[in-house]
Amino acid sequence: MFVRLVYESFRRQPRRKLLVAVAVALGAAVSTAMIAIAMDIGDKVSRELRTLGANLVVTPEEDSLDVQIGSVNLKPAGGYLNEADLPKIKGIFWRNNITALAPLLPVNVKTDAGEVTLLGTYFSKSLRFGNQEFTTGARQTFPWWKVQGSWPSDDSGNILVGRRLAARLAVVPGSQLEMNGEVHPVSGIVETGGDEDGQIVAPLFLAQKLAGKPGAVGKIFVSAVTKPEDAFARRSPDSLSAADRDRWYCSPYPQSIAYQLQEVIPHSHAEQIRRIAQNEGTVLSRIKGLMLLITLAALFTSGLAVAAAMATAMFERREEVGLMKALGAGHFPLSAIFVTESVLLACIGGLAGFAFGSVLAQRLGRTIFGSGMAVQPVLLPVVIGLAIAVTFAGSATAIRRAVKSDPVRALRGEA
Amino acid sequence: MRSRKAQGRTMFFRMLARAAMLRKRSALAALLATVVAAAAATAMLNLFWDVQGKLQREFRNFGANIVVEAPEGTTLSDDAVRSIQAAVNGQGLAVPFAYAVARTGEDQAVVVAGTDLEAARKLNPWWAVSSWPQTSEEALLGVRAARLISPEQKPFSLHYQGRKIQLSPAGTVHTGAGEDSRIYVSMKDFRAWTGLQPSVMEIAGNGSPQELNSLMQRLHESFPDLDVRAVRQVAEGEANVLGKTRSTLLASSTFIVCTAALCVLATLTGWVFDRRRDFAIMKALGASDRLIALFVAGEAAVLASAGAVLGFSGGIGIAAWIGRANFHAPVAPRFELFPAILAGCLVVTLSSTVLPLRLLRRIQPAMILRGE
Repeated sequence: MFVRLVYESFRRQPRRKLLVAVAVALGAAVSTAMIAIAMDIGDKVSRELRTLGANLVVTPEEDSLDVQIGSVNLKPAGGYLNEADLPKIKGIFWRNNITALAPLLPVNVKTDAGEVTLLGTYFSKSLRFGNQEFTTGARQTFPWWKVQGSWPSDDSGNILVGRRLAARLAVVPGSQLEMNGEVHPVSGIVETGGDEDGQIVAPLFLAQKLAGKPGAVGKIFVSAVTKPEDAFARRSPDSLSAADRDRWYCSPYPQSIAYQLQEVIPHSHAEQIRRIAQNEGTVLSRIKGLMLLITLAALFTSGLAVAAAMATAMFERREEVGLMKALGAGHFPLSAIFVTESVLLACIGGLAGFAFGSVLAQRLGRTIFGSGMAVQPVLLPVVIGLAIAVTFAGSATAIRRAVKSDPVRALRGEA
Repeated sequence: MRSRKAQGRTMFFRMLARAAMLRKRSALAALLATVVAAAAATAMLNLFWDVQGKLQREFRNFGANIVVEAPEGTTLSDDAVRSIQAAVNGQGLAVPFAYAVARTGEDQAVVVAGTDLEAARKLNPWWAVSSWPQTSEEALLGVRAARLISPEQKPFSLHYQGRKIQLSPAGTVHTGAGEDSRIYVSMKDFRAWTGLQPSVMEIAGNGSPQELNSLMQRLHESFPDLDVRAVRQVAEGEANVLGKTRSTLLASSTFIVCTAALCVLATLTGWVFDRRRDFAIMKALGASDRLIALFVAGEAAVLASAGAVLGFSGGIGIAAWIGRANFHAPVAPRFELFPAILAGCLVVTLSSTVLPLRLLRRIQPAMILRGE
């Protein structure tokens, strides 16, 4: 009898039930999409922030000073890292968070414009660690470098000339430049808005040859997806207990990734480039915080909206309640019928909403960030639970009033 | 004696008021739904317009986004520094830097930078500084420089072209970049010692990319000999992240506002439909379809206005709270949004009455009164 009552109620008023189910589904869809966005936005924005370039730098351990004013390196710092150690960076614990790296070797060369600094680097070089291969270099690490002409290949003798230096030397892409008595083709003019505008950028092996230091690297710039640092991140790993140390080591803080880089590159010192690492941390926390608060507001909004829709839907049923009461239905079975109906509606709406919301989040991620938002399966019970709670809260007052009301008045339409 | 028309009008308003009074609860539920939708729309629109500026301010912490540099081997005159600062004034911060290579007592070469330390501090908030110099002849040492030159924080002397300066270390600066190898002193000390003028102005300009471009254009026109360049690293990262955040925000706002509006639609449709018996009685007593439609529309309009006013204030509150909690600065209310919110509310509430009214028109009053 109970099941039949509920079933009949759905069969006889399909349009009204549909209206409520649609409201619940919409609320659930927005909640699903917003929670998914709030949970995934940190990762997405963090990857976008890599357009700011490297946030970590590995330098030789030896203490020496860079004597550089603007684009002129007067005395390149002594001490070198070994180029052969570079692929090891892809072997650290957080290797998947390393999005790009570029070695840099400055060397001064003589040109028609006097002594200028040449930077040796990888442009887009294929490296191998174990059985994984990855392509990296300045093009990925410094995505804002703009080249007019073409990028040189990493095994050619071609070079890039900085914008300001090119103007002084009057070179254009395709012309030749004499450095230390050797002639090299200029494949492009590079504009960075930084010191490189007054320098020459060349493949690493060329810089090593010019410096007479085969296999040497001056600095390594590393671009890594990190988590904003907090008080825990700033603690020294040596002062932590074993368990805390593991937790520190296994969190992608700039500090812990730098620590791991230092471990794999012998005789090195790795640290964060504070300008990038600190500020991107702030920007990231702000955007994450914003989306979190908006998600809270969205949950609250859709909750209230669904509750209001539910309350009106329940209120319409008072005559039905009156009739059932007049026929001798008790308070408990009456409430049970309406609660079951709400729960059923919540489940149907919640499921449909979850599916719709997941698709929404996916589409949004793909259009804006180029990769779908990850919707955790654990969200499904959460969303259905929320839907049940909201529909229940929305209908509770209406049900209670309907159940308590005088059947005569309800039937006469006075309640 | 009042005219019939006036009587009719009073009757109309009395009916509106009585309808709201008698069906307090369902009227309240409908109002709640409208308020919530209006509040959500207000909050999201307010945030959408304000977040751009708020995040742009965060990006100013990345330091200079424009650099003005004198051609190699030359420096900027006092006049040039002053007029660049005047050109930037109100739209950002312009800080002069002067550089020289000095030698220590042990003949170690080191770059010394002279600058307005107070302004440099504002320009580069990410510098980790142990303590800023307070008096003259105090220096700020990069951590690498400090380890080599003054490991025990003892005073040290520097030589530049035969001229000597005695400095005491006030603290160290740590950035993970070139600054770590330099020594910073105040511009006054620097000029008294080396006699050199600044050669670089670092500018942190505020505003949209267009405003920055026009600032650069202005600087370029006033100082054609100087190299004016945008720090592309920050500009491109900023544009990228801001653009994506705005798109995400826009998409989320659209979801939220649409859901809220659809829920209002569902609630109001149910509400109007629920009162079919009232309308049937009105019709049986001789009300025309037009009068009933007018009555329902009037109700919807009252609901929309009340919802818009309450929702707008609530939404401004929510936006301000989010601004304060997240950006530590309130989101300025945009009152010019109110007409849009009101119009949106009217559209939603009026359109939600259309469907049930059309159904009612087709049905005979007797059928409804009989409960069919």
